[in-house]
Amino acid sequence: MKTNDFVVRFANVNGTGSASANALFTKAVFRMGVPVTPKNIFPSNIQGLPTWYEVRVSEKGHLGRREGVDLMIAVNPQSMKKDYADVMAGGYFLYDSSKPLPPGYDRDDITHVPIPLMNLCNAEFTDARQRQLFKNIIYIGALSALLDLEFSVLEGQIAEQFKGKEKLIEPNIRALNIGVNYARENFDCPLNIRVERRDLLGDKILFGGNSACGLGAVYAGATVAAWYPITPSTSVVDAFAKYAAKYRVDPETGKNNYAIVQAEDELAAIGMVMGASWNGARSFTATSGPGVSLMNEFLGLGYFAEVPTVLIDVQRTGPSTGMPTRTQQSDILLAAYASHGDTKHPLLFPASPKECFEMTADAFDLAERLQTPVIMMTDLDLGMNDHITDPLVWDDSRTYDRGKVLTAKQMDRIYAAQAAITASNGNGHDVLDGNSGLNADDGSDETAGEPLEQFRGKFGRYLDIDDDGIPYRTIAGTHATRGAFVTRGSSRDEYGVYTEDGDAYRRNVDRLAKKWETAKELVPQPEFHSNEEYRISYPESVRSEDSSSDVRNAELGVIYFGTSTYAAEEALELLAEEGIYLDAMRVRAFPFGKSFRDFVETHDRIFVIEQNRDAQFRSLMMIELGADSSKLVSVLNYDGTPITADLVHRCIKLRL
Amino acid sequence: MTYVRSTFRHPALPKNDLGYTVDYYEGSLSTLCAGCGHDSINAAIVQACWEMNIEPHKVAKLSGIGCSSKSPAYFLSNSHGFNSVHGRMPSVATGANLANRDLIYFGVSGDGDTASIGMGQFVHVVRRNLNMVYLVMNNGCYGLTKGQDSATADAGSKSKAGSVNLFEAIDLASLAIELGATFVGQSFSGDKDQLIPLMKAAMKHNGFAFLNVISPCVTFNNNPGSTKSYDYVREHVQITGTMDFAPMMSEITASYEAGDISDITMHDGSEIRLHKLQKDWDPLDRFSVIDAMLRAKQKGEILTGLLYVDQDSSDLHEMIKTSERPLNSLSKADLCPGSEMLSEINASLR
Repeated sequence: MKTNDFVVRFANVNGTGSASANALFTKAVFRMGVPVTPKNIFPSNIQGLPTWYEVRVSEKGHLGRREGVDLMIAVNPQSMKKDYADVMAGGYFLYDSSKPLPPGYDRDDITHVPIPLMNLCNAEFTDARQRQLFKNIIYIGALSALLDLEFSVLEGQIAEQFKGKEKLIEPNIRALNIGVNYARENFDCPLNIRVERRDLLGDKILFGGNSACGLGAVYAGATVAAWYPITPSTSVVDAFAKYAAKYRVDPETGKNNYAIVQAEDELAAIGMVMGASWNGARSFTATSGPGVSLMNEFLGLGYFAEVPTVLIDVQRTGPSTGMPTRTQQSDILLAAYASHGDTKHPLLFPASPKECFEMTADAFDLAERLQTPVIMMTDLDLGMNDHITDPLVWDDSRTYDRGKVLTAKQMDRIYAAQAAITASNGNGHDVLDGNSGLNADDGSDETAGEPLEQFRGKFGRYLDIDDDGIPYRTIAGTHATRGAFVTRGSSRDEYGVYTEDGDAYRRNVDRLAKKWETAKELVPQPEFHSNEEYRISYPESVRSEDSSSDVRNAELGVIYFGTSTYAAEEALELLAEEGIYLDAMRVRAFPFGKSFRDFVETHDRIFVIEQNRDAQFRSLMMIELGADSSKLVSVLNYDGTPITADLVHRCIKLRL
Repeated sequence: MTYVRSTFRHPALPKNDLGYTVDYYEGSLSTLCAGCGHDSINAAIVQACWEMNIEPHKVAKLSGIGCSSKSPAYFLSNSHGFNSVHGRMPSVATGANLANRDLIYFGVSGDGDTASIGMGQFVHVVRRNLNMVYLVMNNGCYGLTKGQDSATADAGSKSKAGSVNLFEAIDLASLAIELGATFVGQSFSGDKDQLIPLMKAAMKHNGFAFLNVISPCVTFNNNPGSTKSYDYVREHVQITGTMDFAPMMSEITASYEAGDISDITMHDGSEIRLHKLQKDWDPLDRFSVIDAMLRAKQKGEILTGLLYVDQDSSDLHEMIKTSERPLNSLSKADLCPGSEMLSEINASLR
C-alpha cells in the first residue's frame, strides 16, 4: 500500500474544462494536510491537443517532479497509447470504457480501471457542454473513492468555487456522486495507493509564482506596468491587474493608483518601464525569453544611463520560439549580459512562490538603489504551476528604498555651498524617506550625515561622492531651477554633459564596474546546507542497504537555483540515505559575492544543476570567477519538463 | 557649428510673467550644422515656452536618435531630458507621462526616427492619445549617417549625389490624422510666425499633438531636385491659415486682414484664432482635412498650419482612469495593502 506517496497523471484534451476539475484533486489532497505538487504539461494550443496534469503526492514533502506514474487517468484517445506505456509496473490505468479499448492494451503488470465516463455522464446530463465538463467531475468523484479522498473536502471546494452561482453546486455534487458510486460498486476501494489525512502543512498556502510576482509588485508600490502578452509570463500582469483593482482604487475618487498599458511589443513595454522609472514611478514588465531578446537594446540603455528597471523573465524552452509552453532555465547568459558593449545586470533566482513575492519587492529596492535594470529569473514551472509554499509575509515597518534621489531641499542645500559644508559623517545613504512619494517634499528629508557637501556646490548626476559607484539622481519637476540634466545612452561626463573624451568615458565605465562590486553584497545571498546537516538527518544507522560506506564528501559541493531546488534537495537526501553527504549552495542572485566565491574555492568538485543544454550557469561561474572548469560538473535537464530528483541522483552518482 | 557663445545679455532684455528672460529657456550650444532647420525649430520652442510663461522644470524633453534627437540638449537647459534609443521615444514618453501627468512632455524626433525604425511606436502613441507634443523635424534624409534617403523622401526627389528616390513617401501628418490623432499641425522651419503659435496650441492640447515640421538638411538634402530643400519648400508651401494663440483668460490682440476668421476654444479655455486661407477646409472636420491634404499632395504642395484639432479629446489618463495625483507622488500608505490584507490573501489560498 502506497499511502501518500504516488504520482497521478491526468491525460486530457486541451480546452475541455479538465484544468479546473484536476485542480480540485490537488486542492483536496492539500486540504487533507498532505504535501502535493501539480505540474501542467500543456501544448501551445487553445483547443484540441493533448494536455497532461501530473500530481505528485509526497508524505515526505518532496515537491519536485518524480519519474514514473502510479495512476493514469486516460481520457484522451489521441495520447492513449503512450499514456498506457507510461504507467509504471504495479500501477493503474483508469480509462473511459464507454467504448472498448483497441487491441494491444494488454499489459499484465498493471491494473485496468475501466469506468464508462461518457455513458454515465450522458445518462445524467443532456446539455452538450455539461456533458463535456461533468465527465471530468465524474472521474474526480471516482478518485475520491479509489484513493480515499474525503468527500466532504471536495464538497466544500465545490461550494466555494460556485459561491454566488449556487445552482451549479447541485449538479457538480451529483456528478461527483456518480463517480463515487460507480467506483464503489465496481472496484475494491481504495486501491493500493491512497491518501490519508495528515497535518504536515501547517499554515502553508498553495500559490503560483506568477501570481506571487504580481502581488509582490503591488506590495512593492509599483504603479506602472507595461507589458506585451507572451506565454508563460502573461499571468504576472494578470495578477497585478487583479490585485491592483482590489487594493489600489482610491475609495473616494474611484480613480486608479496604478496604470497598466498593454504595449505594442516588448520593446515598447520596457521603454515605457524606463520612462516611468526615470520619472520616479516604480514600474515593471514581465516577459519570456523572446521578449528579453527584443529588450536587449533598452537593457543596455538602462545599464549605461542608469535607469532603474524591473523585468520579470518567466523562462520557457528556447531557442527561438522553442517550446513555448515548456519550462527551462535557459536565459541566464542572455539576461546576465543583455545588450551590446560591456553590460551586465543583476539577476534574482526565486525558488518558490513565497520567494517570487519577496524577490519582486526586493527587485524594486535593488533597481532603485543600484539605478540599473534588475531581472527576476523565474520560469514556467514556477510561474504557471501551483506550489505549496510558506505563507507570504510583509513587514509593515518595511520602507521602500527609493535609492539616491535628491529632493528640492537637498538641492537647495547643495547650492547653498557654505551651508552644505556643515553636513558631516557620511554613512547615511538614505536621502529619501522611503515612505514618502518622490515628489512629496514634506520636510521629511532631514537625514543625518548627508554627504551632500561633497558636491562642492554643484550637482553632478554621475559624480561618485559616496565611493560606492552609485550616483545621485533627480526627478523632473522636483526643483524649479536646479538639478536638470539630460539622460542619454551616449557617453557623458560626471555632470551629464555629452563627451567623447576617452578619460571621461573610462572614468564612467570604471565607476559602473565599482557599482557592480557594490551590487555583489546588496543582492540576496546564497543559502547554504552543509554536509553535516545531512549527516545528522541520515546517520549511518538508517542508511539504506546499498550505501557506499567510504565516500569522502567534505570537498564535494552542489550548486542549484530556482526550480531545480526541489529536485536537488530531494536528490541530496537520496544520496545521504546512501551515505553520500554533500555541501550545497542554493544561489539566489547574480552577481556572485564573497560567500559564493568561498564555496567554489573550498570544494574540489562541484555539481552544477541547471535546466539548459549548454550549462549556462556553469559558464557564468567560469566567466565571473575564473572558476576551474575541470572541477565544475554539470547536471543538466533540458527536455522542457521540470527536472526530477531521480535524474539529479543518477547523474551525481555516475560522476562521484 | 559655432563653439563660442557670448555670455553678454542686454540688461534690458524683457522678462516674462515668471521673471525669466528668454535666454533662461535656451539650451547648450547646438552642434548641428550651420543653417540647419532644426536650430530654427529649437529657437521657436525657446520663444514659445518663454512667451507661454512655462516653468522649465515642468517640462520633460524626450527624443530618440538622430540629428533631431540631439535637439533637446539645445533648448530648455532647465528641463530634464531623455535622449533614448532609436525610434523608441514614444514608449519612453508614455512611461514618463504615466508616472507624472502634471508635466508637459515635449518629444522631438526625426523622419528616420519616426517613419522608419520608430513607426511601430509612433502609430501606437497616436492611438493612445498620450498627452504630449510630438514634433518631427522632417528633412527627408539621414543626416548623421551622411544623407541616405529616409521614408519621408518624396518619390522622384533627387539626392545630393544625384540619385533619384524610387519609393513612395510616408506622409506623417496624413497618417496621424488617419490614425485618429487629435491635434495635427504641419509647418516649415523657416516660418517662425507660424511655428510659434502652433507650438503653443500644441502644448495646451489635451492629448496627442503632432507637429510635422519640414526642416531642410543644409548639408545633405538642400540641392536642386530635392523636395525638402529650402527653395523647394518655400515655393510649394500652401498655408492653410494664419493663426494666433491666446492662453486661457487672455485676449487675442493680433490684428487680422479681413477674411474668414474662426476661434477654436481649447480644453482649458485657451483660444486659437484662425484666419483661414483655404476653401473647403475646416480644422474641426477630419473629412475636409483629409480631402484637402490629398488635393495638396496631388498638386505637389505642402499644406501648413493647424490642420486638424479635436477640442473634446480625452487623453490616456482619462481613458484608463488614473489618479489625478501623479503616480510618482504616491506614498507607501497609498500603495501598499499591508500585512493584514496579506493574511487575508494567505487564508484564501489554503
